[in-house]
Parts: sequence; structure tokens; C-alpha cells
Amino acid sequence: MEEKNTEKYFAANQSYLFGFLVNLTLLVCIALLLYGVFGESMRGIFAQPQPVPEVVQKQNRKQRAVAAVDDFDRVENGIHVPTGLVFAEGFDVVRGTCTACHSAKLVTQNRATRAGWKGMIRWMQKTQGLWNLGKNEPIILDYLAKHYAPTEAVRRPGLDVAAIEWYVLDLAEEAVVQKQK
Amino acid sequence: MPENKKIGLHTLYQTDKTKAEKILLGASANRRGFLKSGAIAALGTLLGAPVVFGKNYPSGLIPAAWADSDLPFSLPGKNGGLVILNDRPINAETPPHLLDDKITPADLLFVRNNGIPPEAGSIDPQTWTLTVEGESAARSKTYTLADLKSKFKNYTYQLTLECGGNGRKEFNPPAKGNQWTTGAVGCPTWTGVRLKDVLNDVGVKNDAVYIGYYGKDTHLSGDTAKTVISRGVPMVKAMQDESLLAWQMNGADIPLLNGHPLRLVFGGWPASCSGKWLHKIVIRNRVHDGSKMTGQSYRVPCTPVAPGTKVPDEEMCIIETMPVKSLITFPKTGATIKRSQKLPIRGHAWAGDTSIKAVDYSIDFGATWQKCNLEAAANLNAWQHFSAQITFPQSGYYEVWARATDAAGTAQPMLLPGWNPRGYLNNACHRIAVKVQ
Repeated sequence: MEEKNTEKYFAANQSYLFGFLVNLTLLVCIALLLYGVFGESMRGIFAQPQPVPEVVQKQNRKQRAVAAVDDFDRVENGIHVPTGLVFAEGFDVVRGTCTACHSAKLVTQNRATRAGWKGMIRWMQKTQGLWNLGKNEPIILDYLAKHYAPTEAVRRPGLDVAAIEWYVLDLAEEAVVQKQK
Repeated sequence: MPENKKIGLHTLYQTDKTKAEKILLGASANRRGFLKSGAIAALGTLLGAPVVFGKNYPSGLIPAAWADSDLPFSLPGKNGGLVILNDRPINAETPPHLLDDKITPADLLFVRNNGIPPEAGSIDPQTWTLTVEGESAARSKTYTLADLKSKFKNYTYQLTLECGGNGRKEFNPPAKGNQWTTGAVGCPTWTGVRLKDVLNDVGVKNDAVYIGYYGKDTHLSGDTAKTVISRGVPMVKAMQDESLLAWQMNGADIPLLNGHPLRLVFGGWPASCSGKWLHKIVIRNRVHDGSKMTGQSYRVPCTPVAPGTKVPDEEMCIIETMPVKSLITFPKTGATIKRSQKLPIRGHAWAGDTSIKAVDYSIDFGATWQKCNLEAAANLNAWQHFSAQITFPQSGYYEVWARATDAAGTAQPMLLPGWNPRGYLNNACHRIAVKVQ
């Protein structure tokens, strides 16, 4: 009695599974078809930063005019290659403002909350001659708080084992070098 | 436009700066070597913001907005192995395995600049002068470099310089500034005269409290009225035998990026006390209040605070001596050895104005510690060398940790020391990874 019930249960389960697989295959086919037709334009929606103000666009055109001497606008994996900054909404304003005085590296190596970044701006305004940022300030703060936020707090991070370049230490050669010293 | 489109901006500027500016800005320098006004406007347009103090923008300087490219970029007089943290102002640190020499070679000493160093061509050691003045100076007196060299006895000491922010990268919540890991330290030999001999020659009044310095570097904004950095030390440190006015590093001219032709060297204190491109010293009747002496710079909370606390300026105290610390300089992290081999390790340890009593290592994440051999210092404020031979009990992944203890018995922490708003004084023990097969 029990055995029979188990068999029925499996049979029913198998037919459900079959039905599910057929549906899944159909869905995948539809998705692939849609991507084939609209894929390129969809990608545009996701990858492009939001439109930038006209003033900035004009500047971009000017920058493109001089791009022949260097690759100013190259973007790889979402990073603007010449500066190392994340290429996203607010990028143009951040590049134009922050790198007028200092290297973009001073931005990309730091992490802070929105309040922390605001504090740095105020410090630069108070002591370093940074001008009033006006309506650009929230654009800059949004960008920095989003892309350069602090990571999870720990008392001390472990060694970054994935980043270690392992090598075979030649101790025989090392002994010779030390003897020569 | 040049045919060669592959040419990088640095190369372009290096080979023909006039042409580079013509191409980029459509204008060039005026007779005084600064950009013509049309070029300043063009620069502003390209950068998307007005160039404040544009009239001071030196011709031939690559605009920072383009100069921060990650293309290979080497520093004059410096080893290519240095890691560049920032190129305007220039800041570069030395990976630990490149600091293995007992005396740090000039090309391997870190670079920490707050502003733009004077141009090499503008420095003439023949005409360079040092003026000493201030409320607590008996008079104002000016010396040429030749005066300093001939009037006072010359001394050579090996002195450790470490940036106050060395190790900042590990603090959390993060602290703003250059994210130094372990490499903002070095210990070359320095030749010069004792600061105290010069101060005594000028005459120090009884009410003297502090000395402050002024250098010939210029502010990032180009505003010549702004002082980049003007720090100093209390009289007791200024009058120490090993406190030098130096013109040589390891027997040769000091590299431009490290302060040629004249700088102060106060071993064991934050390196920012040791002014570069030095041209003026003030003897003060109060704690020096120059740029980056006040506020939050080179200061830590007077009493310990919880991580992330906002500390008002008046509750911040000036950093004086640097804490006990050590660095494993051999082998480079990532070494793989055979089970049958003993691993030699080497490194240096230092501790502000005192000496190192012991250095220990651990291969079991701090559970047990073994003694290293320790050498005496060449002189006060010079680092000391340690070494050991390690036997590993079985194959596997290990970390070698080094921990120094100073003469007072204070040892390095294994976790981070007290959090502070600007991320100074991280002396947590250094760690390298080793695999035994």
C-alpha cells in the first residue's frame, strides 16, 4: 500500500517536472528572441550614464576634438581609463571639478559616507581655495557617496590572499647573495 | 596636429611643451613662463571649470585633469618599483621587500609632497640661503649653503623618517588622505650641520618654545600667497644632537623630491616635521601655528575615542614621536618553500626617540612568539635590523608576523591601534604570507 503511494507520488512529480521544463525552455526561447531583436538598444539603456547637462556636452565635444593626441574618453568595464574614475552619472562634473586641482587618484583611493565627502569638500573650501560648488555639489556628493562608499568595518582586515603573487623562493641563491654582502 | 596619434600626453609634454600647449590649448607661454590668458581660458573650458589662479599656472606643467593617467609614469631620481599613490601632489611609497637594505638607497626613499616642489632648474645651491628669525631669535641671520658647510662642524647620522599617515589604508571607518600601506618609511644617512649649532649662533631667547620651517614648494592651487606646509618641533627636539640641517643623503645631493638642496631631518618624528626645500626657520615663543600644525592635520585625539567619532579641533593634540614599529623586508610576501628548508627572515624596527629592546615573530597568528636576532642602532633615531631562521612544523599556509618592543616595554599591537579621524600612527604588526610544500 505504502509502496504504491510512493510510486504514484513520483509519477505525479515527474509529470510536473516535465511540464515545468517545457515552460522554462519556452521562456528562454522568447527571451533570446527578444534580445536578438532589441538587445542592442536595451544594452544602451543600462550601460549609458544619465544625460549630462548641455554645457558639459559641449565641453565633451571640445575634449573629443583634442582626443586625437590622447585617449581622453576611453571607458573600460565602467571605469574611465585616463582617470580611473567610475564612469557613471555625475562623472563629467566630478572630473571637471576635482581634477582641476588634484589627481583623480586622491578620489579613487578614498572611501567615505556622503557626510564624510561633504566634510572633505568643506575642508578644501576652507583651507585649499576650492570654490563654491553651487548646484554641482549635490551631483558630486551623490556620485562620491554611491561609488566611493566605505566597505564593511572590521578591526583589521586579513591579508588579501587572492592578491598575493606566489613564487618559489630560491634559498640557495639567496644564501650566495648574502655571502657576497 | 602630429601624425603620431599614439603619443602619450607625458611624452608630448616632455618632447615639446610649446607644441603640446599649442595643440591642447591653442596658445603658449608668455615671457614670464606662465600661460597666456587665452590658454588659461581654453584650459578652463577643457576642464569644465574656471582655473582659479590661472595666471600662476606654469607653462609646461601637464594639467592634472589629464596628467592622472595610469600610464607608466616614473619619478625623477626614484626607483620604478615605488607605488605612486598620487601624482599631484606627488606621493609614492616603497614596497616592503624593496626596503631590505640596512641603509635605504636614495631612489628607494618614499616621497610625500604636500605641494609642488620647486623646479630643478630654479634651484642654485650657490645662491640658496637659509634665514633664521622669529620672536624668540636674538636677531635675524641669513646663511648661504657654503656658510653652513664651512662655519659649523658637519655630522652624518642614519635617521629614520616615517610619514605620520603610514598605514592609514587599514583604518576603518576610512580616513581621508593618501592611502599609505607600509612603505612611507626609510632610513638613509644624512649629512649636514646640527640645527642646535646654527640656532645657538643666531641666539635663542629664554622664552623659546618651538621652531617652525618654511620651504620653497608651492601650493597646488598655484596661489603663491598660500603656504603649502609649515610645521616644526619643540625646542628640546630641535636642540637634540641628531637633529640636522642636511644637504646630503647617503653621501650625495638629496633627491629633488626629498628636499634638495637643504632640509631639516628630525628622526623618529612624523616626517612632516622635517621641512624640505628649506629657506627659513622661525624660533617661536609659542607652539608654531603654521600650515598643517593646527586643526586636524598631524593631530590625534588627546584622549582615546571610539572609531568614527567626530573630534573637535581643540580636543586634538599634535603628534610628537612615532610609535614602535617593524617591517619584514625579506622575503617578499608570497614565498613558497620546501618542507625541508628553513626560512630566513630579515627586517628593521624603530621607535620614535627610543631604542628597540626585542623583536619577535609568530607563525601561528600570534599564539606563540619566538625571539629574533637584533642588532644595535647606528645612532639614536636609526632603525635596527632583525633576523631569524624559521622552521615550519608541517606543510601549509602560514603568515609570518613580526612584533617589536621598545626600551620602555611598549609593543606593537596585532590589531589596529586606536582609531583617529585622520588615520595616523598605525603601527600594527607587519604580516607576510608563506606557503610550505
